[in-house]
Amino acid sequence: MARFEARPSPSRLMMLGSPLIAALAMLLTSTILFYALGQQPLHAFYVYFIEPASTSYGIGELLLKATPLTLCGVGLAIGFRANVFNIGADGQLTMGAIAGGCVALYFQDTQSYWVLALMLLAGIAAGMMWAAIPALLRTRFNTSEILVSLMLVYVAYLTLSYLVHGPLRDPNGFNFPQSRMFGQYAMLPLLFEGLRTNLAFPISLVVVAGAWFFCSRTFAGYRMKVAGMAPAAASYAGFSDSANIWAALLISGGLAGLAGVGEVAGPIGQLQASVSPGYGFAAIIVAYVGRLQPVGVLLASLLMSLLYIGGESAQIELQLPSAITSLFQGLLLFYLLAADFFIHYRFKPRFTGATP
Amino acid sequence: MNTSLIIAFLASTAGAATPLILAATGELVVERAGVLNLGVEGMMLVGAVAGFGVTYGTGSALLGLAAAMLAGVLVALIFGLLTLTLQTNQVATGLALTLFGVGLSAFSGSQYVGSSIAPLPHLALPVVSALPFVGPLLFQFDGMVYLSLVLVVVVDLALLHTRLGLIIRAIGESPGNAHAIGYPVILLRYGMVAFGGAMSGLAGAYLCLGLTPMWVEGISAGRGWIALALVVFATWKPRNLILGAYLFGGVTVLQFHGQGFGLPIPSEFLSMLPYLATILVLVLICRNPKTILLNKPMSLGQSFRAD
Repeated sequence: MARFEARPSPSRLMMLGSPLIAALAMLLTSTILFYALGQQPLHAFYVYFIEPASTSYGIGELLLKATPLTLCGVGLAIGFRANVFNIGADGQLTMGAIAGGCVALYFQDTQSYWVLALMLLAGIAAGMMWAAIPALLRTRFNTSEILVSLMLVYVAYLTLSYLVHGPLRDPNGFNFPQSRMFGQYAMLPLLFEGLRTNLAFPISLVVVAGAWFFCSRTFAGYRMKVAGMAPAAASYAGFSDSANIWAALLISGGLAGLAGVGEVAGPIGQLQASVSPGYGFAAIIVAYVGRLQPVGVLLASLLMSLLYIGGESAQIELQLPSAITSLFQGLLLFYLLAADFFIHYRFKPRFTGATP
Repeated sequence: MNTSLIIAFLASTAGAATPLILAATGELVVERAGVLNLGVEGMMLVGAVAGFGVTYGTGSALLGLAAAMLAGVLVALIFGLLTLTLQTNQVATGLALTLFGVGLSAFSGSQYVGSSIAPLPHLALPVVSALPFVGPLLFQFDGMVYLSLVLVVVVDLALLHTRLGLIIRAIGESPGNAHAIGYPVILLRYGMVAFGGAMSGLAGAYLCLGLTPMWVEGISAGRGWIALALVVFATWKPRNLILGAYLFGGVTVLQFHGQGFGLPIPSEFLSMLPYLATILVLVLICRNPKTILLNKPMSLGQSFRAD
């Protein structure tokens, strides 16, 4: 490693550049992989990354899938900034979807958009409650929030599975594990004719703006940043560790729960055995690729959304396995972490500055 | 409830405990060397798909197990390159390794969905396996069950009673001092990370060669994370892993035997038990800060740069 030297201060250029380098490296690798799979690389590249975003319907889908990623990613980023690692967003999302779904099914005959408002609140509350468990156990018993939040993902999945196989199963649904379809007033209104993009997308933009304000303009946001960057300084300044942990988990849990309602009251329209293709886990990548900044998360979630949609069209048009999406997602984060090396280190030519 | 049910329950407990022991033993050594690799789940999945694919292609389970270990080592070395050489955050990189492993295994395993292979042969030891009750309980498992127990004992002795073990513990407790004395901290940590990868790969392969001889996407179902919790449960001492893994193994197989025992509980709730038990165990162990402080390797999770 003698040919790299530490930079005197972290490079701001590389801070912004490394997600781009990572994305390029991921695109390059994917092209090579397409070739190895016997596809025409350029055609596969077009089908995967260009075609999905080249129609207005495609753009609508892009925004639709970016929405839960943004909501989850923003919350996780706020936590990661404070070194609180909530990796159970998928479970909090699922609990939010369950709570929202229960409200929708209970008020099936109510003809008012208050149902929708109540669903959103119930989803946020359920996500927060699910995230409060790791927060409580971490602050009270010092357990790792990483492991606890992850374990609760499986518990949430199983809870949903139990509900749609049992109490909430549609009696006229031919025994499929799914609930009744939600009524009109339990669905997020669509924004544009012919697109599936719904009200959740503008909500996610408001969340991004709010998160930006929280992180850069409030004292609580500042405390969390200090706790992440310099824990010793934070405790010296008397910043409460447990306040940060609670804030990080409640915010990320609530937003994940909101994302869950957005899914069941949006593209899905009912409770099913699974309500998320791993958005909560992909949001971890989104948070890092977005540099743990709310606006960055928004951009990163668009890229990640493109990976999801591209994966679907590659599956249909090129008969590639749909799992190729999660492979690319994993690669993207690896490349990002590797590229981040250059934020703190720079290449040192071997024979410069020879001493006389 | 009859005897044969109990025997079946206890015997399948050993099967469920084996992958946990293997993965947790590997991770325990990695953590004693000061490295926190949260990618156990990913390495297990990569090992599982490699083990299944090679066994499916060649018909040899031994080759499959070897391929699983090799695959585990290879992905672990990616983690090593990032955290040890490029100094990336160990938590973030471990998560990346898990996400990558989930993707890689699902992608390369998509061709095997629905395929099945011959399970690992059970070694019925002569004479003793015919004993009533204890025979089927103790002497009729496949080789991996015995191997995992031998490995724990060997690792326990090696870590606590050999010179190499002392050095590994030193680089975990105080990498700066170990480096100053002249031990190659980074190189040794690479070695341990690779060992952890091999063990996780082996654990993953056992899932689809020993437990369910077919390919299922996401076959590890959180066992890699449970293995991470087991390392805490064992307070970083290998021998404690056996008790922990068999407890968790028992809880895990309860869901398959719940109906046999006549438990009037929906299967989903029984399936939640291992995850809830993990949380409970973490609370019980971590409740006392001294237990953690006294046993956790001091430099766990921190980057080290020798200059």
